[in-house]
Amino acid sequence: MYLAKIYVSHKKSILDPQGEAIKSALHRLNYNDVNSITQGKYFITKLDSQSKSDADQTVRSICKDLLVNQNMETYQYELKEV
Amino acid sequence: MLKQAEKSPEEIRDQKIYRQWGMSDNEYHTVVNKLLHRLPNFTEAGILAGMWSEHCSYKNTKPLLRHFWSKGSKVLEGPGEDAGAIDIGDNQAVIFKAESHNHPSYVEPFEGAATGVGGIIRDIFSMGARPVALLDSLRFGELTNQKNKFLMDRTVDGIAHYGNSIGIPTVGGEIGFDSTYDKNSLVNVMCVGIENQDDLKQDKASGIGNSIIYVGAKTGRDGINGATFASNEFSDSKESDRSAVQVGDPFMEKLLVDACLDIIHHHSDILVGIQDMGAAGLVSSSAEMASKAKSGVDLNLDLVPQREPHMTPYEILLSESQERMLLCVKKGHEKTIIDIFKRFGLDGVVIGHVNNNGQYHLTQHGETVCNIPVHTIVDDVPEYTHPIIEPDRIKHPAADFVPTVNDAGQMLAKLLSQPTIASKQSVYRQYDSRVQTNTVVAPGSDAGIIRIRHTDKALAMTTDCNGRYVYLNPEIGGEIATSEAARNIVAGGGLPIGATDCLNFGNPEDSESYYALAKSIDGITKACKLFDTPVISGNVSLHNETDRKPIYPTPLIGMVGLIKHDDEITTQDAKHAGDLVYIVGKTYDDYSGSEIQKLIQHQISGRIKHFDLQTENKNRKLVYQSIVNHLVQSVHDLSEGGLGVSIAETLFKHDFGFNGQLDLLGRQLFAETQSRYVITVAPKQKNAFEKLMGDCVKQIGQITKEPIVKIKLNDQDVNMNETDLKQKWERGLN
Amino acid sequence: MRFAVISFPGSNCDRDLYYAIVDSLGEQADLISYTSTDLSKYDTILIPGGFSYGDYLRSGAIAKFAPAMKSVKAFAASGRPVIGICNGFQILTEAGLLPGTLQHNTNISFISEWEPLEVVNNKTPFTNQYQVNQKIKLPIAHGDGNYYCDDDTLKSLKQNHQIVFKYRNNPNGSVDDIAGIVNRKGNVLGMMPHPERATEKILGGQDGLTLFQSILNSIKVRSLS
Repeated sequence: MYLAKIYVSHKKSILDPQGEAIKSALHRLNYNDVNSITQGKYFITKLDSQSKSDADQTVRSICKDLLVNQNMETYQYELKEV
Repeated sequence: MLKQAEKSPEEIRDQKIYRQWGMSDNEYHTVVNKLLHRLPNFTEAGILAGMWSEHCSYKNTKPLLRHFWSKGSKVLEGPGEDAGAIDIGDNQAVIFKAESHNHPSYVEPFEGAATGVGGIIRDIFSMGARPVALLDSLRFGELTNQKNKFLMDRTVDGIAHYGNSIGIPTVGGEIGFDSTYDKNSLVNVMCVGIENQDDLKQDKASGIGNSIIYVGAKTGRDGINGATFASNEFSDSKESDRSAVQVGDPFMEKLLVDACLDIIHHHSDILVGIQDMGAAGLVSSSAEMASKAKSGVDLNLDLVPQREPHMTPYEILLSESQERMLLCVKKGHEKTIIDIFKRFGLDGVVIGHVNNNGQYHLTQHGETVCNIPVHTIVDDVPEYTHPIIEPDRIKHPAADFVPTVNDAGQMLAKLLSQPTIASKQSVYRQYDSRVQTNTVVAPGSDAGIIRIRHTDKALAMTTDCNGRYVYLNPEIGGEIATSEAARNIVAGGGLPIGATDCLNFGNPEDSESYYALAKSIDGITKACKLFDTPVISGNVSLHNETDRKPIYPTPLIGMVGLIKHDDEITTQDAKHAGDLVYIVGKTYDDYSGSEIQKLIQHQISGRIKHFDLQTENKNRKLVYQSIVNHLVQSVHDLSEGGLGVSIAETLFKHDFGFNGQLDLLGRQLFAETQSRYVITVAPKQKNAFEKLMGDCVKQIGQITKEPIVKIKLNDQDVNMNETDLKQKWERGLN
Repeated sequence: MRFAVISFPGSNCDRDLYYAIVDSLGEQADLISYTSTDLSKYDTILIPGGFSYGDYLRSGAIAKFAPAMKSVKAFAASGRPVIGICNGFQILTEAGLLPGTLQHNTNISFISEWEPLEVVNNKTPFTNQYQVNQKIKLPIAHGDGNYYCDDDTLKSLKQNHQIVFKYRNNPNGSVDDIAGIVNRKGNVLGMMPHPERATEKILGGQDGLTLFQSILNSIKVRSLS
């Protein structure tokens, strides 16, 4: 079995209103060293794939098909055998 | 395109770079040889291409749009400003406009719909009005296709996200389905605002030395060149490869509404003009404000708040980042305005000044990056007219379809479950329709109604268009769209006072689409003149086609009516068992473009017959009079699905039944003859009602306590359980 | 009688509450900024619905740090009435003035409806003009209205009669059909339904007005005793 941790966040060029609002709230609480903050999504998925490369393939395609809106989001993932 | 290094003026000319921005060779040559007498640099060429796009300049449609009638005696502000305004008495004005966001909502339905809502709201409050209501008119392909269901769900989510958060009630709208919208859904949003006439604000940048202040979200690379994007048609190969999508921030917009209204209402002496940054962003708003004042502007792009480093002038000017406003403020008073913004948690920044040389002059890093006349950007845009040729399809229509209906009861049940007719409650319940505590009639009735606080008045509002009729006959279709909107207003107890439009059409260079556009504008104009409903604002969305196949021409009509006294507010549901049921208007065998034709033949064809604007007008005036005289209990307009559907919808709210007899055949229960209404009347008002209405009404039955629909027809009887019908109607969307 | 309605950035029902108090109830009200800290001239504090700070991060999470909230806590500690409606309820739970939390509706979607409710406890300053078990109707309009608390908290809510309003057809998945609760002392009310939207006949019902009349009554009774 394989375990994938997938992190989805806004593309750099896309406005992240939630991140902006949270950042200014932190500044009001005097966390002035917070330079930027991005809110994203985190998925954990277990896969019954035959091989690591199969699992890798599946992770990429579920990201593309459903988890990630490629018009505005980007993703990274970690994959390991468990 | 985003990463493209700036080409030299010669490279732009030699490699025809302007073409990828949608500018034609001829237009480029006009700029070089007739207007500038030199080669434009990258920024200048980009600005001109953006501003000369159809979306910003209306170059293909202006000659037709001039035909709209916008003169009525109550018009305070016609088309041209962000939105139009109409006098509603007591020194108050109603402001409204509709706008399309079709292409962005197909690419990214949630953000596309959300930013569509945000954009139209800015048009309203920049006029000084408090936005009081939203309506959404949506069209999708058939729900049998999962992609369309996804588009609908996400579009609705996006509208709810933005409208609910900002606190403007969604009080109406409609949703229709047809495979013509399969790859080109329509998202049209209308916003209505109210203000004191003294606060009416113009979008002007005048007075040499006055300051241009930027406020709102920072400028990013989102939606760059959205204006030219919106003006280009889709092809499949493009579907997966999109440049940045705009993201809406309703929280930012809420702060902007409150801050800008505070400034307009309390500091109008130092505020010269205010405009939102919509299509073609900063360049469009600043150049248009300068053009209206016949002045110029000097802007320092280094001062424009930017979200990303290393943005080029082209990107800063044409970015369509949302939630941004531009103000022109009297010299010496900048701090007052900036301090108000600060109080609302916003950063206002002076980015330039008004000049007297008429130039649009921009600097970045100390260098001039653009220096061209404002009128070249805004007023020198070429206009195009195209020949108006009647397509063969309309000249020689197919034979008229007449359905065979053996079991009218079963047909009624089937039609009620068609998504276009079925209850939209599962969608409407996702919209906050009551925030601001003015909503008297929430979505789901013929018209949405809000009262005007601290007066006896109320406003009825609606959006309508049946693209099928317009497809079959653009001129009559335009008349019908306007008529149906007016019927909905009257059914709510309102006197129609004005209209707005969203013209959703195909490529104007395609002769059939151009014909449809020209003729439907003629039809709308004819109806508006007769109904005394001037068109005070509007929007054009062209290139609604995928792989060269245009959608049905869909000129959405948004209409507002004034209810002079709130006891005239009327709804479509029957109120008491025993009330008499009447039909207003005559019924003929009209099935061309009808829901029953679509259901049986899976396509539409034929001629639109029996429609007469004078009859429409006469019936509507009588219905209005019957409401004002307090003679009716409920009024419901007849539209898709005809009389059968209308009777059923009259019963559903309180689960009544109907017992009646009609001098009609079973199929005629579903004819879509126009100019008709179903009205219920208390027995004691029978004589007064009949006397007023004369021969345009006919009593057809009675409301019963027992929830059974019994109709005696010339060829058959209907005997259906109201609860079964209602269930079909309620589940049609799922 | 003077009510304060606290406007946070993004609040959108603040004016509705103001009008409910001034026009329907006929008492005085001020819209005050989230930065105000002086609440001394008010008899009741109202925390309105809407989307404070866009509801980003979590509903009510950012508003709890607003300067006014410190004063609201002191005001509540003094035993005077505080009401949080919708987003206001979310802010009060985030601020720790009320137990539990409000999560996404179980159907995920926003719900805007007239909702049938039952008055479970009419012995509070907010409900003394209702009958016990009275069936009423108030509008709801929320995406995060699903009240959640752990079993121990629920038990103590019940023991202390802190549950004030219950849904009759639970629309959002709330634990024990809870629509509104008070704190242990009974002077802080949080509720998801909007009483301010039901104070005029023309808007579809007046069951909400009774809540504001109850406050008037309780303050009058208290000042007499």
